[in-house]
Amino acid sequence: MSGINEWIDNEVKTNDVIVFMKGTPDFPQCGFSGQVVQILNYLGVPYKGVNVLSSDELRNGIKEYGSWPTIPQVYVKGEFVGGCDILREMFQAGELQDFFAEKGIAVSAPQTA
Amino acid sequence: MPMNAHDIEKMIKDGIPDAQVTIRDLAGDGDHYAADVVSESFRGKSRVQQHQMVYQALQGNMGGILHALALQTSAPK
Repeated sequence: MSGINEWIDNEVKTNDVIVFMKGTPDFPQCGFSGQVVQILNYLGVPYKGVNVLSSDELRNGIKEYGSWPTIPQVYVKGEFVGGCDILREMFQAGELQDFFAEKGIAVSAPQTA
Repeated sequence: MPMNAHDIEKMIKDGIPDAQVTIRDLAGDGDHYAADVVSESFRGKSRVQQHQMVYQALQGNMGGILHALALQTSAPK
């Protein structure tokens, strides 16, 4: 296991909700990352954003770690949930709120959002 | 070099033969697409698994030259 893989693994396991994204939650640098930030902010879910543009090693490492070729990637309690499209679909279907509730993560927006 | 909609559709259908594929060019620039893929083979699979199957069909182009493909997958209703 390379250093970056261990670092990612540790981040994924020590943060309840973590988003590997392009840019930061305050300044997303890609539309897909921006959408994930909007959804999580709307739900009021606490999360950590990691900017993959900060290093090529990280940017490539996360694609390998998740066996997932695109960014953003969302992990909840160590489990890969999906990218922007999946998160958006779950949100629009009302499943995302239930998912966070199941995982014991507080959501401040109403269930009927 | 960007891929055109027809190439994307063909790759997905080669990988998932029964797939019904609808491609939309979101920005008209040949670089930002949305793909709607419906296939019986998605039934019973998680969304992550369904997307993985499409990514596999795209043979490594996803995330590379196809950095902006919004994907929606489902089994036939």
